[in-house]
Amino acid sequence: MTTATQAKLPAKARTKTKVTAPPKAFTNPYLGGVLLGVVLFLAFYLTGNGLGASGGLNRMVVWLIDLAAPQYADRVSYLIQYAGGDKNALDNWIVLLTVGIFLGGLASGWRGNRLKWETVRGPQISDRQRWAFALIGGVIAGFGARMARGCTSGQGLSGGATLSVGSWAFLMAFFFGGYALAYLLRKLWRPADPEPES
Amino acid sequence: MGPFPLDATLGKAATYIIYVLIGMGFGYSLETVGFGRSTKLTAQFYLRDMTVFKVMFTAVLVAMVLVFGFAGLGWLDYDRIWVPPTYLLPGALGGLLVGVGFIIGGFCPGTSIAALATLKKDALFFLIGILGGVVLFGETSPLYDHFLESTYMGRLTLPDMLGLPAGVTVFIVTVMGVLALWGAEQIEKSARQKDGLEVKPVGKKTALGWGGLIVAGLAVMLIGQPTTEQLWQRVAPEKQPILDNREVQIHPAELRDVFFNTRLNLIMLDLRPEADYNLFHINGAKRVALAQLQGMGSELKAAPAGTLVVLMSNDETLATAGWKILVAEDVGNVYILEGGLNNFIALCSESPFEPMPGGDETLRFVIDAALGGNHTISNLRQQGKEFEYAPKVKIEQKAPTGGGGCG
Repeated sequence: MTTATQAKLPAKARTKTKVTAPPKAFTNPYLGGVLLGVVLFLAFYLTGNGLGASGGLNRMVVWLIDLAAPQYADRVSYLIQYAGGDKNALDNWIVLLTVGIFLGGLASGWRGNRLKWETVRGPQISDRQRWAFALIGGVIAGFGARMARGCTSGQGLSGGATLSVGSWAFLMAFFFGGYALAYLLRKLWRPADPEPES
Repeated sequence: MGPFPLDATLGKAATYIIYVLIGMGFGYSLETVGFGRSTKLTAQFYLRDMTVFKVMFTAVLVAMVLVFGFAGLGWLDYDRIWVPPTYLLPGALGGLLVGVGFIIGGFCPGTSIAALATLKKDALFFLIGILGGVVLFGETSPLYDHFLESTYMGRLTLPDMLGLPAGVTVFIVTVMGVLALWGAEQIEKSARQKDGLEVKPVGKKTALGWGGLIVAGLAVMLIGQPTTEQLWQRVAPEKQPILDNREVQIHPAELRDVFFNTRLNLIMLDLRPEADYNLFHINGAKRVALAQLQGMGSELKAAPAGTLVVLMSNDETLATAGWKILVAEDVGNVYILEGGLNNFIALCSESPFEPMPGGDETLRFVIDAALGGNHTISNLRQQGKEFEYAPKVKIEQKAPTGGGGCG
């Protein structure tokens, strides 16, 4: 009910300040957390499945491979289970969920005037460096998500809320991994350290 | 009671639309709190902005309280929702790698999709990287599949591990979670002060929200999880007539035919005391005490499609009690051996045993040795006698226990 009334507001704002509308402030993290928690609960309540992202991406990769080299997809064991023979790797709920993530992100970004073709990076590196690190990080995260049988959403959120022991171990390892390398990689994200006082 | 067999009731198209809508709620939540920006996400690890932790833990706590609250009120079947199975070491190492990928690449898989939707170039590169990582994993995983299958503990939950009722665990996790959120606020505050950044005290609404969450956790603990007896009372109006109309009491000959039907997975559970079981039982029947049956609900529900359970006792009293337990636990395709083992022996044997008098649920045949499952008539394969019977077995499909968060 509230979405209908809220949706009118940015429309009005847009006609006045068409190009220069500044991005809106982000939603309060606790409010956002409650929203995310309710969505997660609804997923369980309605479908029995939690939320996930890496599973959908995985199936998209398999679909691409099956498209390019169907014989290959019929031969490799991890591909057969998704795309062997007549199976369509995309014909699965998790793919639809992934499409939804994109559409939901688009809707929120549009409402918040945050749709902008840009590279978001720390102040000390170039765009190209940021892209290179994003690519490397993506490879590692994609690999890790397959190994853990889920990513921050499928394991962290869904397993965390249902009190799976393995998922809580995943969560702790996830934060540990980030914190362990954060100092080493501070140049990627942080402003330059101030000159040491002498 | 959720979850619902959407595919069977609404059809595939409508089900898929529901999944898209859930995904949209997910993507919207991620973007609206700022998870479309890699700098906002990684700020978590430099302590100046703990949004990641706050959003994730709030979401986990809220969803947990709702899931277990609904389960406690009998509105949601916890056994039928997807709980990621525990593979401890691969899960932890994978989690570590996702964390490392996060601090290097600035995203995790879900947030990179939401970020791409807001046209962030770095998210595009991260996603291409994920696709590469998935292929790399697929190509190399045969080399270490031993490790990938190791430390498997099944559907292990914190309440199981701690040996506490689910409601108590939920309350403890809620209190500790709120403490952790408070701690995150303090860490964030001191880190920001060091940088001379603006510091906001914890707002009144936030504090109220935390209090509300703890109260909700307490309520979940007080509601508890429903006992089997309560669950049966809930379904009794619908299920008792099935018993009364004798729709699930199957003839011994039907048991035999089900046994030979290779498309069905037959589980025979013998509820009698050990002494009777040792004297005589049907070959392949597993002895289970009535008290143990309650704990078998989730195991039986996870059995493959086409599984049917046949309960048996000397007569029908014990088996009927067992039937109520399993049906209350929402196990599908549960049947009772008509007339119990006494009827089975009377019908199927060329009377190898002398009948003797006895009360309900006693074995009313003279068996002077512990034959167990070794007598000819114990073996359903040896049963040749043909009977006319009205077939009662109807295999029905319950809502599947989820296919996996990241399938």
